[in-house]
Amino acid sequence: MSFTEIFGLALSAILIENFVLVKFLGICPFLGVSKKTETAAGMGVAVIFVMTVASAFTFAVDKFLLRPFKLEYMQTVAFILVIAALVQFVELFMQKALPALHKSLGIYLPLITTNCAVLGVALLNAQNYADSFIASLVYGASAAVGFTLAIVLFASIRERLEFADYPKCFEGFPIALVSASLLAMAFMGFQGMKIF
Amino acid sequence: MLKKLFQPFFDGLLTHNPSFVLLLGMCPLLATSTSVANGVGMGLSATAVLICSNIVISILRKLIPNQIRIAAYIVVIAGFVTAVEMIIHAFLPSLYASLGLFIPLITVNCIILARAEAFASKNGVFASAMDGLGMGLGFTGALFIMSTIREVLGNGTFLDFPLFGENFPAATLMVLPVGGFLTLGLVIAAIQKLRADGFSPYTKLKNHIQSKKTQKEAEQ
Repeated sequence: MSFTEIFGLALSAILIENFVLVKFLGICPFLGVSKKTETAAGMGVAVIFVMTVASAFTFAVDKFLLRPFKLEYMQTVAFILVIAALVQFVELFMQKALPALHKSLGIYLPLITTNCAVLGVALLNAQNYADSFIASLVYGASAAVGFTLAIVLFASIRERLEFADYPKCFEGFPIALVSASLLAMAFMGFQGMKIF
Repeated sequence: MLKKLFQPFFDGLLTHNPSFVLLLGMCPLLATSTSVANGVGMGLSATAVLICSNIVISILRKLIPNQIRIAAYIVVIAGFVTAVEMIIHAFLPSLYASLGLFIPLITVNCIILARAEAFASKNGVFASAMDGLGMGLGFTGALFIMSTIREVLGNGTFLDFPLFGENFPAATLMVLPVGGFLTLGLVIAAIQKLRADGFSPYTKLKNHIQSKKTQKEAEQ
């Protein structure tokens, strides 16, 4: 793959086809862990790490285990197992090697197993980039960067909402969802952009 | 007795509605509510998976070791999701095409794992099946409400049947991601408003039962 192709793929995964605001993947952590900018950024970093590594592992499982034996219909089961094991492994490794980072990400790590963005990226990679390791890796990493961008932006909006004056029945999730819809509208501006 | 048996069902359907009250499983709720057919198809597929996985996990609840229970639940759920995916692929190819990625993603729907962890792992088989049915239909109902609003406003149709004639200025925005967030926000706001005003089907039912009871006691 040429550099321009990689750049275009990354940019489209981050902005044009943003996982959260355009594809609706990973909404649970997007709404659940976005009350504070720091925790949102922590979650974003954890997701970037897990999604990049998961893209590499699921690519290998798909290419060398499932496809040679014509077991493509087992993708969902195989991928979710790989992701669950990976998250567990990452958690153990961090606990030993990087205790400070583990402490700050601690509670978010197990949650990533059920983040549908991770399984979604594995399945999308198997659908679209089953032959190219680099494309899978870049797509996984940049989709995660897109997730982080969205969640950090959203968290900074939500922090300001604390002081906003809105009807009482909008308290909590409704006002957050309405502001998410405005953020999604902003991201619609990227639609139709093509790099190459 | 009958009330106790069906309590989990009504809890899931109304008072603990997974989408509007517990706020679980938002991804499919937002993504597949662009048309009524999609929404209801998604809801029923998730219900099927939820009932089956609740039953199996409830049967196996004493065999699964505590430390690896989440992994075990996910494998059970993923197995049923694969089965449902193959059935939809074979019999409803158009639904399969329009739901796409979101059928395998039922695996990571928080509702299903949450019910396995919070209910099926602690309760008997029948109660778990009822809980699965109630929660599943609660989710389907939420999808139906969301998708009706979005399809009617965004497309001017209901189940592909045109409602307003040719000249209806459809607000395409409603079927785009923007409309998903907006509709869900407004629906939850409306529900919170109703609850704050003291309206809830559950409290109505409770008041009704309470008044019957006092009536009986008075008669005695």
